[in-house]
Amino acid sequence: MSKTKKRLGIVSFLVFAVLITAGVYLSHVNIPVLQPRGPIADKEFKLLVLIVSSMLIVAVPVFLLLAYVVWRYREDNPKRGKYEPDWEHSRWLEGLWWAIPAILITIVSVITWNASYALNPYLPLKSSNKAITIQVVSLNWKWLFIYPNQKIATINYFELPVNTPIHFYLTSDAPMNSFWLPQLSGQIFTMAGMQTQLYLAADSMGTYYGSSANISGVGFANMHFNAISVSSTSFKAWALSVKDKSPNLSMNEYMMLRQPSSIVKNVNYSYPVNCLFNTIINSYMMPVANGMGKVGV
Amino acid sequence: MGDLATTSLSIAKSNRKIEQIENDNTTLFGFWVYLMTDCVLFASLFATFVVLRNNTFGGPTGAQLFSMPYVLLETMALLTSSFTNGLALLSAQKRKVKQTLFWMGLTFVLGLTFLSLELAEFHKFARMGDSWTRSGFLSAYYTLVGTHGAHITIGLLWMAVMAFYIFKRGITRVSLKRIRMMSMFWHFLDVVWIFIFTIVYLFGALHA
Amino acid sequence: MLLSLFANLLGKLSLKQLPHDPVTAVGASMIVAVPILLAILLTVTKRWKWLYREWLTTQDHKKIGIMYIIVAVAMGLRGLADVVLVRAQQALASGNSHGILNASHFQQIVSAHGTIMIFFVAMGLMFGIINLIVPLQIGSRDVAFPFLNATGFWLFFAGMALINVSLVIGDFAATGWLAYPPLSELAYSPTVGVDYWIWSLEIAGIGSLMAGVNFIATILKKRVKGMKLMLMPLFSWSVLGSMFLVVFAFPILTVTLTLLAFDRTFGMHFFTSSYGGNMMMYVNLIWAWGHPEVYILVLPAFGAYSEVVSAFARKRLFGYTSMVWAIWAIVVLSFIVWLHHFFTMGASPDVNAFFGIMTMIIAVPTGVKLFNWLFTLYKGKLNLKTPLYWFIAFVVVFTIGGMAGVLMAVPPLDFQFHNSLFLVAHFHMMIVSGVLFGYFAAITYWFPKFFGFKLNERLGRYAFWNWLIGFLLAFVPLYILGFMGATRRLDHYSASLGWQPLFIVAAIGVVFIIAGVVFQFLQLVVSIWQRNNEGMSHKDPWDGRTLEWSLPTPVPIYNFARLPIVSTRDAFMAIKKAKLIDNRPYEPIEIPKNTPLSILIALGAFLFGFAFVWHIWWLVVVGFITTVLSIIVRSMDEHPTRLLSAKQVEKMEQSYKEAAV
Repeated sequence: MSKTKKRLGIVSFLVFAVLITAGVYLSHVNIPVLQPRGPIADKEFKLLVLIVSSMLIVAVPVFLLLAYVVWRYREDNPKRGKYEPDWEHSRWLEGLWWAIPAILITIVSVITWNASYALNPYLPLKSSNKAITIQVVSLNWKWLFIYPNQKIATINYFELPVNTPIHFYLTSDAPMNSFWLPQLSGQIFTMAGMQTQLYLAADSMGTYYGSSANISGVGFANMHFNAISVSSTSFKAWALSVKDKSPNLSMNEYMMLRQPSSIVKNVNYSYPVNCLFNTIINSYMMPVANGMGKVGV
Repeated sequence: MGDLATTSLSIAKSNRKIEQIENDNTTLFGFWVYLMTDCVLFASLFATFVVLRNNTFGGPTGAQLFSMPYVLLETMALLTSSFTNGLALLSAQKRKVKQTLFWMGLTFVLGLTFLSLELAEFHKFARMGDSWTRSGFLSAYYTLVGTHGAHITIGLLWMAVMAFYIFKRGITRVSLKRIRMMSMFWHFLDVVWIFIFTIVYLFGALHA
Repeated sequence: MLLSLFANLLGKLSLKQLPHDPVTAVGASMIVAVPILLAILLTVTKRWKWLYREWLTTQDHKKIGIMYIIVAVAMGLRGLADVVLVRAQQALASGNSHGILNASHFQQIVSAHGTIMIFFVAMGLMFGIINLIVPLQIGSRDVAFPFLNATGFWLFFAGMALINVSLVIGDFAATGWLAYPPLSELAYSPTVGVDYWIWSLEIAGIGSLMAGVNFIATILKKRVKGMKLMLMPLFSWSVLGSMFLVVFAFPILTVTLTLLAFDRTFGMHFFTSSYGGNMMMYVNLIWAWGHPEVYILVLPAFGAYSEVVSAFARKRLFGYTSMVWAIWAIVVLSFIVWLHHFFTMGASPDVNAFFGIMTMIIAVPTGVKLFNWLFTLYKGKLNLKTPLYWFIAFVVVFTIGGMAGVLMAVPPLDFQFHNSLFLVAHFHMMIVSGVLFGYFAAITYWFPKFFGFKLNERLGRYAFWNWLIGFLLAFVPLYILGFMGATRRLDHYSASLGWQPLFIVAAIGVVFIIAGVVFQFLQLVVSIWQRNNEGMSHKDPWDGRTLEWSLPTPVPIYNFARLPIVSTRDAFMAIKKAKLIDNRPYEPIEIPKNTPLSILIALGAFLFGFAFVWHIWWLVVVGFITTVLSIIVRSMDEHPTRLLSAKQVEKMEQSYKEAAV
C-alpha cells in the first residue's frame, strides 16, 4: 500500500510539474483561437466555451466512475465491493444512460442549429460602417487580395480598417485551399471555378496571422499571410498610396503571378484588370479562356 | 455393435448431405451480398452521372447525342437475353444438358449483340469528337454505361466458361448452383440497364 | 530503333526513377533488404517448401489471420518510421532551419503515414483478429468462403507490396492521405505518386470487400446450431456491424479511386477544375466511404473491449442488448455524417447543422457503450492485467478525443479547427485509443489461445506506460498547436509563431512511443523464451467465457471436432459450469485443400496495378489475364475440399489431448 502511495506521489508531482511548465509557457505565447480580435471569432470562442462545459457534464462522471470502479473492485483490494458475476442488466440504469446523453445532445443540437445560422459565413455583419469588399484568390503558392473599389491589389497581406465589416469573395486559381484567419474568423474553402464568401471584422488594431489549411502542393507551407487592422483614416491613406505608387496588375502580370512560385514578401499592385476575379472563375467554366491561356485542368 | 456403426455412418452421410445443401445456400447468400456491393458501386456511378449530367463544358448534351430507337434496340437485345437466360436455368433444373446449352448459347449471342451495339455507339460518338475527354458529362456517361458493359463482358466470359464446364461434366449440383448465380447476375445487369435507360437516355433525351 | 521499342515497352519507367536523396535511399534499401534477407534465411534453413505448404497456399482462416497480423506489424514499423521523420522535421524546421526533408518528400511521408496506418496497419490488425476469432466464437469449423478469404488477404498483401515498391521505384502521393483533387489530378501531381496511391488502395480495397462478404456470410450462415443472433458474443456482433459497413462503403471507394485513375490516365474530367469536372464530388464520395471506414475499424475494437472487460472483470457483460442496439445505431448513423469533414466548403447553414447534429447523435450510442463497460467492471473482481490497462487508457483518451469530436461537429467551431493540428490530435486520439489500443488488448487477451502461453505481464506494462505517456506527449501539444493556428502537413513554419517548443515536446512523445514498441517486441521474445515457465502455459488462462476458449491449443484445422452445444450467452462458461462431458462420436469433416491460386490472383492484380502506374500496357494485359485465368482454373476444380474421416479426426484429437497433458 505504501508503495502505491509513493508511486502516486511521484506521478502527481510529475503531472503537476508538467502542468506548471505548460501554464508558464502558454501564458507567454499567442493563442489565436482563444484570443479573438473580432466579433465572429469572439462568438466562435464563446460557443467553444459553452460546448466544452456541457460536454464536461458527461465526461467528468465517466472519469470519476472509472477511477472509483477500478479502485474499488480491483482483485487485490481487501475492502473490495461485493462480487456479482451474473449481474448483467438493469433496465433503469441502461435507460438512464440512453437518456442523459440523448438529452444533452438534444440541447447541444439546438445550440448547434442556431449557431450554424448565426455564424453562417455568408451572413452580412451588422455595423454602422459600410462593408469593404476584398476578393481573395489562392494561387500556387501565394494569396492575392483584390480591392475592387479601392482599385488596388496585394500579395500575402492585406490591410483592413478596424470595426468595419469586410466582405470576402474567395476563389482559387490553383488547387483547393482553405482561408483561415483564426483571430478574426474561422475557415472557408477556396475552390477553382467556384466562389465562396465570408464576412468578418476586427475590433482592435494589430497584425493577425492567417494561412491556408488545405494542402496545395510543394509551396504549401508558404501559403500564409498577415491581416493588418488599422484605423479607418490610415486605411484610406494606405489604399491611396498603394494605388499611386504600385505597378499595374495587368493580365500579363497576373499570368506571371499564377505560375507556381512562392512569394514570401508583401507585394502591392494598383489598378487590377477589370473583373479579374470573375475572369478567373469563368476561365474554369467555359471552353473559351478569356486571354487566360491554358486553364488548370 | 456393427449395426450401430452402420447407423452412425449413415447418419454421418446424411449429415454431410445436409451440410452440402447448407453450404450451397451460404454460397447463394454470399452472392447476394456481392450483388449488393455491386449495387452500391452502380449507385455511386449513377450519383456521379447525375451530378455531372449538365456539365457539358460547351460540348454536346445527351439530347444531342442519343438516338432513342438505337438504344431501344440495345434494350430489346438485353431484355430478350434475360428471358433466354431464364429458360436456360429452367432447362438446367430439369437437368437437360443440350437444352441448357442451347439457351445459354442464345443468351450469349444476344449479350454479344448488345455489347457490339454499345461499342459501336461509343465508337460513333468518339469519331465525332465527343470522347470522354470532351467534358465531365461525357466522362460520366462513358464510365457509367461502360461499367455496365464491362459487367456484361464478364458475364459473357462466365457464360462461356460455364458452357464448357457443362459440356464436359454435365449438370451437377455445382454447375446448377453456378447457373443460378449466373442467372442472378444477368438479371441484376438487366435491372441496372433499366436504370441506365431511364436516367441516362430517357431523361437525357427529355432534358433538351 | 530497338532501344526505343524497348523503352516503349517500359512505359514511363526508367532508371531515373530510382531514389537519389539519402533518406529515401535508406528507406528503399530497407524495403529491398528485408525480402532478400528473408529469402536467404528461408534458403539456409530449407524452409521454402514449408513456407509454401503451410502458409502461402493455406486456406486456414487462423493462419491467414496470423499473416494479416504479421503484415500489419511490419507495416506499423514503416508507419512509425514515417512518424519519426515527420516529427523530426516539424521539431526542426522553424525559421531559418529547413529541417531534414524537402517539402515534396515531407508531404509524401505524411501521406504515406496516413495511408499505411489506416489501410495496412489498422485494417490488417482488424482482419487478422477477425479471422482468428470469429469462426471460433460462433462455433464454426471454417469461414463461409475460405478461398475468397485467402484471396482477400493476398490482395491486401499485393496492395501493401505496391505501396512499398513506390519507395524504391518512382515516388508516392504528396497530396495527403485522401488525395483531394484538383491537387491529385495530373495537372498538379504529374508524377506517378498518386497512381501508386490509387492502385495500392484499389487492390487492397477489393481484398477488404471480399473479406467483408465472407464474414457477413460466415456470421449469418455458419453459426453453430443453437447460437441465435442474440446469444452471439459481442465481438462477433460488432464484426457483423463492421462488415456491413465494409460492403456498403468499400464499393464507393472503388468507384472514387477508379474515377480519379480515369482522370489521370485517360484524360477524363470527373474531378478536374475545368471541363465540367467537380472536385467537391470527389470530396463527398471519398468521405462517404471514409467516415464509415472509421467505424469499420473501431467497431471490432469495441467488440474486443467488450470481451476483454467481461473476461477481466470475471463477470457477464453488462447491458448486452443495449450494446447490440448501440452497434447498429452507429452503423446506420455513420453513413449520414460524412459532410462534417468539409463544413468549410460553404454549404448552407441548414445542411451543415443537419450533418453536425447527426454526428453528435453518434455520441449517444458510444456513450451507452462506455457506461455499459464501466458497469461491467462494477461489482466485478478485476483481474488488473495489461488488457484492462489498455481499456482504462482507452476510456480516458477516447473520452477526451470524443469531446474534441463533438466540438468539431458544431459547424461554426469546425471553421476554427478544420485541418488544424487540433483535428490531427482529435482523430489520433480516437483511432489510436479506439482501434490500436483495442487491438493491443485483444492480442494480449487472445495470444495464449493460439500460441499456448501468455505474454509477459511486466514487460507488457512497461510497454503500456511508455505508449500512454508517449501518446499524450505527442498529441496534447497538437491540440494546443491547433488553438495557436497551426495547420496540418506543414513542412516549415516561421519562428515567431512560438510553435517550436510544442513540436519538440511532440517529438519527445514519439521517443516514448518507440520505447513502448521496443518493449512490446521484447515482451514477445521474452515470452517465447519463458513459455514453459510455471504459470505461463495455459489453455484457458483468463477463465474464458466464449467458445474459442473451449478448443485445444493450437486450434485444430477443423476447429471443432464436435460442434458445441449452445443455448445461452457466454456458451463456454455455461459448459464449464454444467461440467458437461461431450461423448458424441466423431464425424467426418470436410476441409479446404491448399491452393496457390489465391496468390496467383493477387500476383496478377499486383502486376496490373504496377503496370497501370507506369503505363506499361502489355503488362496490364498480362496481369489481367493472370487473374482471370486463375479464377477460371479455380472454377474448374471439382474437388476443392478434402474429407477427414471420423478416425482421422479422432486420432488428431487424441494427439492434442496428449500434447495438453
